[in-house]
Amino acid sequence: MEYESVIGLEIHVELDTESKMFCSCSTRFGEAPNTQTCPVCLGMPGSLPVPNKKAVEYVIRTGLAIFCDISLFSQFHRKNYFYPDMPKNYQISQYDIPLCIDGHVDLEMEEYATTIGVTRIHLEEDTGKLLHIGGAGRIAGADYSQVDFNRAGVPLMEIVSEPDIRTPEEAKAYAQKIRAILVSLGVSDCNMDQGSMRVDANISLRPVGREEFGVKAELKNLNSFRSLQRGLAYEIERQTKALQNGEAIVQETRHWDETKNTTSTLRTKEYAHDYRYFPDPDLVPMEFDQEWIEGLRAELPELPDERKERYMSDFGLPAHDANLLVETKATGDFFEAAVALYGGDAKTMSNWILGDLTYYLNAENVEIDDSEVKPAHLVEMVKLIDDGTISGKIAKEIFSEMFKTGKMPKAIVEEKGMTQISGEDEIAKIVDDVIAQNPDAVKEFHDGRERAFGFLVGQAMRLTKGRGNPQLINKLLKGKL
Amino acid sequence: MELFKLTIHELHEKLVSKEISAKELAQSVFSRIDDVEERVKSYITVTRDEALAKAAEIDKKIAGGESIGPLAGIPTAIKDVMNTEGIRTTCGSKILGNYVPVYTSTAVKNLLEEGIVMTGKTNMDEFAMGSSTENSGFFVTRNPWDLERVPGGSSGGSASVVAADEAIFSLGSDTGGSIRQPAALCGIVGMKPTYGLVSRFGLIAFASSLDQIGPFTKDVTDCAIVLNYLIGHDSNDSTSVKIDKPDYTKALVNDLNGIKIGVPKELMAEGIDSKIKAVIENSLKILEANGAVVAETSLPNIEHSLSAYYIIAPAEASSNLARFDGVRYGYRVPDAEDLIDMYMRTRAEGFGDEVKRRIMLGTYALSAGYYDAYYGQAQKVRTLIMDDFNRAFVDYDVLVSPTTPTTAFKIGEKVGDPLSMYLSDICTIPVNLAGLPGISVPCGTVDGLPVGLQVIGKTLGEEMMLRVAYSFEQSFGWSEKPKL
Ligand SMILES: [Zn+2]
Repeated sequence: MEYESVIGLEIHVELDTESKMFCSCSTRFGEAPNTQTCPVCLGMPGSLPVPNKKAVEYVIRTGLAIFCDISLFSQFHRKNYFYPDMPKNYQISQYDIPLCIDGHVDLEMEEYATTIGVTRIHLEEDTGKLLHIGGAGRIAGADYSQVDFNRAGVPLMEIVSEPDIRTPEEAKAYAQKIRAILVSLGVSDCNMDQGSMRVDANISLRPVGREEFGVKAELKNLNSFRSLQRGLAYEIERQTKALQNGEAIVQETRHWDETKNTTSTLRTKEYAHDYRYFPDPDLVPMEFDQEWIEGLRAELPELPDERKERYMSDFGLPAHDANLLVETKATGDFFEAAVALYGGDAKTMSNWILGDLTYYLNAENVEIDDSEVKPAHLVEMVKLIDDGTISGKIAKEIFSEMFKTGKMPKAIVEEKGMTQISGEDEIAKIVDDVIAQNPDAVKEFHDGRERAFGFLVGQAMRLTKGRGNPQLINKLLKGKL
Repeated sequence: MELFKLTIHELHEKLVSKEISAKELAQSVFSRIDDVEERVKSYITVTRDEALAKAAEIDKKIAGGESIGPLAGIPTAIKDVMNTEGIRTTCGSKILGNYVPVYTSTAVKNLLEEGIVMTGKTNMDEFAMGSSTENSGFFVTRNPWDLERVPGGSSGGSASVVAADEAIFSLGSDTGGSIRQPAALCGIVGMKPTYGLVSRFGLIAFASSLDQIGPFTKDVTDCAIVLNYLIGHDSNDSTSVKIDKPDYTKALVNDLNGIKIGVPKELMAEGIDSKIKAVIENSLKILEANGAVVAETSLPNIEHSLSAYYIIAPAEASSNLARFDGVRYGYRVPDAEDLIDMYMRTRAEGFGDEVKRRIMLGTYALSAGYYDAYYGQAQKVRTLIMDDFNRAFVDYDVLVSPTTPTTAFKIGEKVGDPLSMYLSDICTIPVNLAGLPGISVPCGTVDGLPVGLQVIGKTLGEEMMLRVAYSFEQSFGWSEKPKL
């Protein structure tokens, strides 16, 4: 039997506000443990929450950007469960009246386009962080545990998708698109390494053509887009095998192990919590007027889809290029800065960014913002090609050097003597040498074998250590033969 | 002179005229504490050194010619449910037996800034759950009128401390009657303001949607004075109301001409001791004699108050009290095997029976499959009760009733019977459910024990409520004191 996968994502994003969700503590990351705390975010007796209006605004802006309905009346609920990283042993979250509902995100895959529904976006507070000392670093078996509450109370937005995702690739594309939108909005830096963006996936299989859903597993610890894609691919394979062997799928939470490349059971449904949600009596319900919401809508910045359209219409880029350039806000910003500086053909900039730059960034696992190569480097290098100072082949060597050292291309060219040899006399002399040294190849050429010409050009390039102007070598070689 | 016997307004005059010093006043109160505290047991913590230092500060101000407010230098006791920075705050519970807060609650801070001299922290039912102060994790407080009897609760210590003259006034908290009921049982004035009028920031929560801080005083005038400084919008409390601060002492007008007073028949029905009913009926005559129009009215849904209250309050409490887990502060079992063991034994050993009972009730009421039948239903009942009050307040300026169905009961009498204990708040609970202001003023005695008259105001109708209470007090002329 053939199976189809049904995937839904829950994306948690820490909002980039100055202060926490319900107190005035700073949200700064990486400070000494428990220095960014107060009676409220430590859950001291008698402390009370006061909502951060900026965080509420950020969630509503996100909702507007992905075409949600914004609730004019919304409420915070308490989600009750005990865990040492939760100061109050309940989390202030949202339940039946989230801030935003019914949105969607359009995806353009290589071969087709699709739309993923967004069920809801709600606002809650983050938990603290646990550090288990001894044992295997997990709470069971640890000698003792330490808690850092700096993160406790940081505003956390949860975006829940409809189960509209069908492949791991779509899941990745959806998550990347959400990130690009949130970064464009300026509501979060969406840094998966630092945990400011976390993705959980629900996945089940069903026979192709069947309406009802199969039993799902929830996948956790997907710490990168790569893990998201690979974890889902593994889970599809595991569930397919199980179903084909006639085994029942168990509803459970599974942990993705990036190093072992497998998922394993974290907890099964029997341990599911009863969170005993109820409206938080310390907080009054939120009411918004439509005018304020329309004001926020009018102020939305350019979003990835609009940016893509602009790249196609203003710069004449093909859809494929435009799509890749807007995948992260930083890449688009890099591209636009380079185009502005260059003044020439935008497609040339796109080619270098999506080609060599992306290659090195991926290979070295560097973010574009942290790259040694800035738009100024790229533009200076391309101008050296344009004015014939260097060849395209040399440029690739220079690029590698720029990426490593951050030196400007002109400096590299001078330092290493990489200027292109374009003097006619100099090239003519080399061509003469090549003809003299390779009588066999010359004979083959005269016998009509085209391949021999390429060989002779290669020999000339070798003698110029790659610096010879290829067009000139071609021209002179043809003339002399 | 026995300064400890006087009221805030009497003492203020003496302080301003330099007839007495704040230090003398404080010493007078502490000598009274030395004299009677052993028998009454009002205080969990007495802060004598801090108080004398503060009194000296106030005296310096007076000597320096600075003008002082009405509360400056006044010895004040605080219910141990309110956080006081650097001073142990137990909430009457062993689980917070060693807890020293890092901040002060807004209400206490407001008064400290006005110059009160804090004498200490008073005993209470653990986490404010109870009506007799017998649920304190530490000891039982006694009623100054009869040491064999309870002072009421949960703010029993704050009531007995004023009745026994161990402080000039005190603060309590009222979730279902915890100020008004002990005030009635101890023969003093106790008031619960409109929900949201006094900041709850720093008040250790029992039931967040019902809790409200208020004063215990020796007369209605003092109540109005304290209220002036207690209230005000607090940006740290989202449920705090924004209003222009009135001067409540201006409401103290001894005239009830044309004032319409409703008497809900459900609060004068069976369950109310007949001798108490007689005292209340006499009180109604006094009100009428002052020009008020008194008539019977009805709040048909308030018969469901107790049921709704004992779902809503425990539900909120079950969540509010989850934070007492031994992780960050308070008691933690010394020899826990693992996390779950630490949670379970810390809470099993740290909490008393009544607290555990209510946590279990509340947890059950919020559980999946029961929420709609219990918590959801209780909230609907609460709305119906609010509607009843709103309808009554179309016709009446205030409502009056007995504060309690009986006078102070014997220590131990109801401990084994939680339901009969819960019934002692039957007249006060509806007021909390509706978020209204209520005050209890002494209106007589039954068999030598005080009886309280409850006056219930409209939302933010404190001024009218105080006017009625004040007029009654002036005409009734209560001057009895317990013999200690
Ligand atoms: Zn904080």
